[in-house]
Amino acid sequence: MKLKLIYASSVLLLFVLLLTACGSDESNSANQNDNSDSENNGSGTTELEILSWWTSGGEAEALNAVIDGFGEEEPNIEIVNAAVAGGGGSNSQAVLSSRLQGGEPPAVFQAQGGFDLLRWQEGDYLQSLNDLYEENGWRDVFPETIIDMNTIDGEIYGIPMNVHRNNMIWYNKKIFDDNGIEPPKTFADFFEIADTLQSKGIIPLALGDQNPRWSTLLFEMALLNELGAEDFSALWTGNEDFDTAKIRSAVNTFSRMLDYTNENHSSLDWQDAADLVASDEAAMLIMGDWASGFFMSRDLVANEDFGWVAAPGTEDIFNIVNDSMGYPTGVENAEEAEGFLAYLGSAEAQAEFNQLKGSIPARTDIDVSDFSEYSQSAAEDFKNLELNLSLAGGSPVPAGFLSRVDDAINTFVTQRDPDMLINSLEEAKSLLQE
Amino acid sequence: MNDHTDKKGVYERFKSFMVRNISLLVVLPSIIFVSVFVYVFIGWTGLVSFSNWNSIAPDLSFNGLQNYIQLFQSFRFQSDIRNMIFFSLLFILGVTLMGQFLAILLEQNIRGKWLFRNIFMFPMAMSFVVTGVAWRWIFNPESGVNIFLQKFGVSPGWYTDTTILPGWSLFKIEFGLPIGLIAVLIAAIWQMTGFSLAMYMAGLSGIPQEVREAALMDGASKWKTYTKVILPQLKPITYGIVLMMLQISLKIFDLVYTMTGSGPNFVTDMPAIYMYEATFKSNFYAEGAAISIVMLFMVMVFVIPYMFRRKEDA
Repeated sequence: MKLKLIYASSVLLLFVLLLTACGSDESNSANQNDNSDSENNGSGTTELEILSWWTSGGEAEALNAVIDGFGEEEPNIEIVNAAVAGGGGSNSQAVLSSRLQGGEPPAVFQAQGGFDLLRWQEGDYLQSLNDLYEENGWRDVFPETIIDMNTIDGEIYGIPMNVHRNNMIWYNKKIFDDNGIEPPKTFADFFEIADTLQSKGIIPLALGDQNPRWSTLLFEMALLNELGAEDFSALWTGNEDFDTAKIRSAVNTFSRMLDYTNENHSSLDWQDAADLVASDEAAMLIMGDWASGFFMSRDLVANEDFGWVAAPGTEDIFNIVNDSMGYPTGVENAEEAEGFLAYLGSAEAQAEFNQLKGSIPARTDIDVSDFSEYSQSAAEDFKNLELNLSLAGGSPVPAGFLSRVDDAINTFVTQRDPDMLINSLEEAKSLLQE
Repeated sequence: MNDHTDKKGVYERFKSFMVRNISLLVVLPSIIFVSVFVYVFIGWTGLVSFSNWNSIAPDLSFNGLQNYIQLFQSFRFQSDIRNMIFFSLLFILGVTLMGQFLAILLEQNIRGKWLFRNIFMFPMAMSFVVTGVAWRWIFNPESGVNIFLQKFGVSPGWYTDTTILPGWSLFKIEFGLPIGLIAVLIAAIWQMTGFSLAMYMAGLSGIPQEVREAALMDGASKWKTYTKVILPQLKPITYGIVLMMLQISLKIFDLVYTMTGSGPNFVTDMPAIYMYEATFKSNFYAEGAAISIVMLFMVMVFVIPYMFRRKEDA
């Protein structure tokens, strides 16, 4: 009898253990929050975490400069840099998703402006920043396009930190001068130049597509050239047909561009491709303007060693890649966190951050005369040109759609089958309509 | 008095219960934790794989086999299965043969045996992530090993090669051995040979000297001694190695992810990479879960019969 009792009680114990193991999520995180609270009271400082993938070179310097700048203003708040390296941000996003779902959000996190940021709102993980925008008068200093891309139903969910332009050709001035070549304005020019260079044994177009996103960028350039900004962005509503003569022609242009790239492109990252241009092995690179920072880090001089021109047919378009900061729900120490967010949007922080990162401020009221030669020209273009959200920058489409595009492009680069590419785009279209 | 004996009786019974069930009691905590953290979560993954949860917001509404159908129809997943089959076969073959070969060489009592043993086993102590990055540069077609090979007039494309041999057309893909996988195979075999070497050396040292002497006395050549007498006795060890390597190769992620990623035309993509990217990059949670379940079934299909067979043999 008693044995049975012991047996029964041990089964019960097992069951209780099971239940507590399953239900421990909330109580655990609550405990941890309690702990951090008591720590805060003990030391007199409040800790705030900023989660990003700004881990390399200028990016990391830029982030640290902002953290230090805030530390001078608010010595009682300690900003903890919780950056996660690798995977072009996807490792950081993996951490973010588990932290948001586990109820332990960082105070502030980095996302790409637009869909990449707003997808977190599908799970109600974001707080509206409308009040902060009103208090700080941000509606007047950020361009409308940039505010709109982070807005759902009138609620703004992101503070834009920086702006990059990614419809640019970066070229090796020495190679161009030696061969008497002018930078291309149209794709006809581009292919003519490419033929000349190839016959001389120079790689016309450097490409590093170990991450297929950089081939997607080439395809985007061909699309922009063919469609123009308006029709291009209309594609991402999900109501347009992908099987049109213009898109087929863009696919054809893209395929021809691939014929002029280095053979080992699939083993390289974009920095390695930029290096081919820097070391006079390749003539051109189509890349976002973070490439200018790369060239300068190689001690190359702007307009002397390397030059830039808008990708063919896109000189009136500023194709935006942008990082925006999100503010999760359930952040401890909300008051301090909002103080930090206000600082991130301030002119001071934006000037310092962007100068170090090699991008331009998303605010248009900042004096950029201390910035690099390229950045000054880009800041001017940002005010004057038509702004367009870049596909490869992840702003106009859901992450799922973009990864289907990347997969299709990765296959196309080898197989060169236009029907297969267009079919894949058509199949992925349903992801746009949600 | 009565009370006392009663208490003693309880104590005695408790003691005998403990003694009889000690084995159960000792493993009970791990049974609990394993059942929660392995089986409950496998069940959860299975549930998610039949759902519509393909964005950030959890959506567990039933979607039937849709995720699986879509998966098996995709070019990428078909490529993954092909890569997985060829990678596993050649990886296991390479590791067992190399391990056996090196173990026999080291058994010859050559000078500096300990040094070689350590050199061969050393790679196993390193992380796949570290070696993946190193191999990526070694097999980069423009640098690394090709600089040496170019002197002999060859410069293979290694993992940038998109050729598939023999390339039979099957569903959406070309079926065969992707040449790009060879670079990854060399890296993986290099790293895990130390394991099979250690196992085989242990096995060889367990074979009594008399057996070999008897074989030699009976007029068997050294070669015959190995092939007919010694190697058959290593069979259980080979089973063990194959089982271990099979589950490494079916789940391989870190080495390939850091070395080549998906590769051009997905020639070096693996289900685990697709699963990671689907889940964390694209937020296709249900699709990611479906890939995990397929991987689980592959491990089960290959490994479970193997374990039973091993039992019979032993």
